[in-house]
Amino acid sequence: MNRVTGYFKSLLLVELFQGMGVTLRYLFKPKYTMRYPMEHIPKSNRFRGLHALRRYANGEERCIACKLCEAVCPALAITIDSAPRESDGQRRTTRYEIDLFKCIYCGFCEESCPVDSIVETSIHEYHFEHRGENVVNKQQLLAIGDRFEQQIAADRTQDAAYR
Amino acid sequence: MSAQPTQNTAPNLVNIEVDGKPIQVPKGSMIIEATDRAGIPIPRFCYHRKLPIAASCRQCLVEVEMGGRPMPKPQPACATPVAEGMKVLTRSDKALHAQRNVMEFLLINHPLDCPICDQGGECELQDMALGYGRSVSRFTERKRTVTDENIGPLVATEMTRCIHCTRCVRFISEIAGTYEFGSMDRGDRHVIGTYIGKNVESELSGNIIDVCPVGALTDKPFQFKARAWELVAKPSIGYHDALGSNLWLHTRRGEVLRTVPRDNEAVNECWLSDRDRYSHQGMVAADRIGAPEVKRNGQWQATTWEDALQAAGEALKKVPGSELGILLHPATSNEEGDLLMRLARGLGSAHVDHRLRQLDFADHAVAQPFALPVTEVDQIRAALLVGSDLRHEMPLLNHRLHQAAKKGAKVYAVNPAHFDFNYKLAGEAVVAPQALVDALLALARAAVAAGAAAPAALAEAVAAAQYDQGDSDAIAALKQAASEQGKAVVILGEAAVTHPQASWLRAVARFVADATGAGYDELPVGANAVGLARLGVVPGNGGLDAQAMLAQPRKSYLLYGVEPPHDFADGGAALRALHGADQVVAFSAYASAALREVADVILPIALLPEIDATLVNVDGLAQGVAAGAKAPGQARPGWKVLRALGGALQLVGFEFDDLAGLRDGIAERAAMPRSGLAVRTAVNGLTRLATWPIYRSDAVLRRATALNAHPLNRAPAVRLNAAEAGRHGLAAGDQVRAADALLPLVIDAAVPDGTAWIEAAQDLTVTLPPYGAAITLGKA
Repeated sequence: MNRVTGYFKSLLLVELFQGMGVTLRYLFKPKYTMRYPMEHIPKSNRFRGLHALRRYANGEERCIACKLCEAVCPALAITIDSAPRESDGQRRTTRYEIDLFKCIYCGFCEESCPVDSIVETSIHEYHFEHRGENVVNKQQLLAIGDRFEQQIAADRTQDAAYR
Repeated sequence: MSAQPTQNTAPNLVNIEVDGKPIQVPKGSMIIEATDRAGIPIPRFCYHRKLPIAASCRQCLVEVEMGGRPMPKPQPACATPVAEGMKVLTRSDKALHAQRNVMEFLLINHPLDCPICDQGGECELQDMALGYGRSVSRFTERKRTVTDENIGPLVATEMTRCIHCTRCVRFISEIAGTYEFGSMDRGDRHVIGTYIGKNVESELSGNIIDVCPVGALTDKPFQFKARAWELVAKPSIGYHDALGSNLWLHTRRGEVLRTVPRDNEAVNECWLSDRDRYSHQGMVAADRIGAPEVKRNGQWQATTWEDALQAAGEALKKVPGSELGILLHPATSNEEGDLLMRLARGLGSAHVDHRLRQLDFADHAVAQPFALPVTEVDQIRAALLVGSDLRHEMPLLNHRLHQAAKKGAKVYAVNPAHFDFNYKLAGEAVVAPQALVDALLALARAAVAAGAAAPAALAEAVAAAQYDQGDSDAIAALKQAASEQGKAVVILGEAAVTHPQASWLRAVARFVADATGAGYDELPVGANAVGLARLGVVPGNGGLDAQAMLAQPRKSYLLYGVEPPHDFADGGAALRALHGADQVVAFSAYASAALREVADVILPIALLPEIDATLVNVDGLAQGVAAGAKAPGQARPGWKVLRALGGALQLVGFEFDDLAGLRDGIAERAAMPRSGLAVRTAVNGLTRLATWPIYRSDAVLRRATALNAHPLNRAPAVRLNAAEAGRHGLAAGDQVRAADALLPLVIDAAVPDGTAWIEAAQDLTVTLPPYGAAITLGKA
C-alpha cells in the first residue's frame, strides 16, 4: 500500500507543491532579515561587549587599582600596574591594559569591580587595523567610558534591581 | 571522660585534651602554644610567639574544663596556662559563639576598604573574618576615624584600620628596645602612636609591618605597587652584613618589589633588619649599568661583550702579573672569589685582597667564624664589646644581645664614642681612637691582676697599663659568667677591626677572652668575608695586601664589585692609586662618576639577588642562594663573565661549563693569620673616628632611596664634643675646613675628647685622612 501511495505522490509532484506552498507563505510574511549594518537587532542591557573604564560625575576616575579584575580574569587579559598618584598620593593605576584578543567577554571583571569602574558596554562593533591595537590602554578605556557613559549608566540602572 | 595522667609522662610535661585529642605539652606553656604545636587552629590577633602575651584581642577564646567542671566563661587560649587533665574545646558551640562575637566587635570600627588596602589578600583579619566571622554586618552606625602620623620613610600608616592588638607596641619596646610606640586613651578613642608624632628610628622598624595583622602598618616603598597574589617569593639571603639573614624576595616579572624575612631560628629568627628589608630599592638606580662599556680616547662607549672582554683581556695582559692588583668587595660570593684567585694565578699576580676597609695588616688577620655561635648570644650573662656600634654593624646580633641584657646580662664596652645601645651598659670606657688599645690593655691588666698570665708579646704593654675598679668589675663579671659554658662573650666590632692598630686590639681582646674563659666573636667586615678567608682570597706569597697595593701603586688594577672611593678604608689613597694606574678593569653593577673617571673597561655584573651564589655567615654556615631577580640589560652573573674572560685569556681553571663544574673545582685554602703586632705610633691632637653609616655601608645601600631618607642616615658633618669644639674656637653650625672638605660642625656629647667623628662613605668626606689618623680643623 505504501508503495502505491508513494508512486502517486511522486507522479503528481505533491511534495514539490507542498514546498512551493511554504515558499509562497513566507513571501507574504513579515521579513526576519536585518539589513545590517543599517539595521540592528535589539540587545539586552546585560550584553557584554567592548570594555570601558568609568568616571564619577565629578570627573574622578573610579578605578582604585584593587586589581581584583586582574586576579579574576580567566584569560589573563588584564594587566595593571599601580602606584600612589603623584598629585595626592591616592592609590591609582599607572597602567591598565586589556588584550581584546585574549578576552573571552565573560564579564567577571565587571562582576568583581567594587566601584563599578570596569564595565563591558554593549558595543560589539570594533576592529583593529594594525598589530598591537588589540591591547587597549587606560586612556582609550576611559575615553570609551566618557563617550558612552549615558548608555552605560542607563544599562546599569535597568539591571540594578536584580543585583 | 577526662584525660587520665599516664604513667610514662616526662616530669616537665602535662597531659591535656584538645577537642577530644590527648596531647602532651611542656609545663607552663599556654593553650595556644600547645594547639599550635599539635596543628589545631585557633584564631588570634594579639598573640605572637616571639612577643610577650597581652591577651587584648580576645579572639582566641576557647572553652576550658578542669577536673570535670567547665570554667564559667570562655578563656583566652593565649593567656591560659595548661594544667594536668585540662580539657579544651576550640570548636564547641560556646567557643565558636564567643569567637564570632569578638570578631563582630573588632569589625565595628574596622573600615571596609580592603580594595585600597595594601594588606588585602594577605590580611589576617580578612582570613579570620572569613573563617570565624558573620557573613553580614549588623552595624549601621558611623565608624570611627583616626588621624595618621608620619612615622618615617619606611613604614606607611593608616591607623583607622588598627584593631589595637598592640603587637607593634610590644615589638618596638621588647624586641627593638626603643619604646617609640605606645597606646593612648581608652575605649573607642584608643589609638596607637609615637606620642609626639616623630619618625620611628629603630633599625628593626620594618618588622612592625610583618607583625601587624591588618593594614594599619604597611611597607612604604612598596605602597600600592602590587598584590600578594601577583608576587613570586624567591628564597635568598641578606648581603649587607655577615649574619646572612634568611629572606624572601617578592618579585614580579623579575623585579624585586619587597623583601620579607624567612624564618630561621639559627640566624635571624623571624625578624629582618631594615637594611636587608629595604636595600632592594638600590638594585634599580640611575647609574646601574646594563651594557659593557669601554673608554676609548677618553670617551665611554657602550659595546658588545666580545669587544669588552677583548679590551679587558688586553688591558690585563699589558703588564706583568706583579704589576696587577686585584681588589674585590668582601661581599663577593665564594664562586666569584675562587674564580678571581684562578684568574690571578693565571695572570701571575699574587696581589689579591678583599679586606678593603682594614688598615692594619700586621697580623694578616682574616675573618674567622664566631667562637660563640649566634644562637647562644641571647643566653649569655656577660659581654664585652670592643670598638663596636653593634646596633648599626649587625642589627640582629645586637637584638640577641639586647635579649640577653633584658635577662640581666652585663654588657661592657670599650668604644671610640658613646654609641647608642638599646640596653643599659654595665660599664663603658669611651676614649679617642688612639687610646683605644690602652683602654683595652687596662682590662688585660685587670685580668692579669686577677691571676691570668699575659702572652710574651703583650706582657710588656699589659704590665705598663693602669687599671681601675671598673676594669676589675668587668673582668670579674666575664669570669663569673664564663664559669658556665658559653655564657660570656667578647665581641670585636667594626670600629676595632678597621682600626689602624687592629692587630693590638685583636691580640688583647683574644687574651681577655682566654683569660676569662669567654667566647671570642670578631665581626667580619663584609657579608662573605668569612667565606673568602676560607677560600684563601688573600695575597699569596710576596703579594701585597689591600693597603700596600694602594700605598705602592700598581700599573693595573682589577676591581670586582668595588665602588671607589667609598668601599676603601682610605678613599683618598684609593683614588690616587687608581688615577695613577695605566689600566683599570672594573667588574661592577654600577657605573658611578668616580668609577667612570678611573676605569677603562666596565663589565656589568649582577648583584647577589640576581645570581646563584654561596655565602658564608658569621657562624661559618655556608648558605647557597639561587637567582631570584633578573639582572638589567646585558648584565651577567660575575662567574659567567669571569669564565668568559678566563676562557678568552686561555687560562687554567676555566674549563668548566656550568655552575656545578665551577663548584667542583673550588678548593678551600684557608688563609692563616700569623702573630704580629703593629708598631704603635702616638698621634697627637685630634684623630678622626670614621664609621660606615648603617645605610651607606655598600654600593647597593647608598642607592636605596628610602633608607637614605631615614633619620639614622645622618648628613655629613664633623662631630666634636662641646669642650673640644671650645678648644678649637668652634661653635655648632660653623662650617669647618677639614683637609679640602667643608663640613658643618655638630656638637655631639657622644664623642670623646681628642676625637673628630666624621662618618665615611659620603662624597664630601672621601679625601679626609682615614680612621685613626690625625686631622686638623679650621674655621672656614
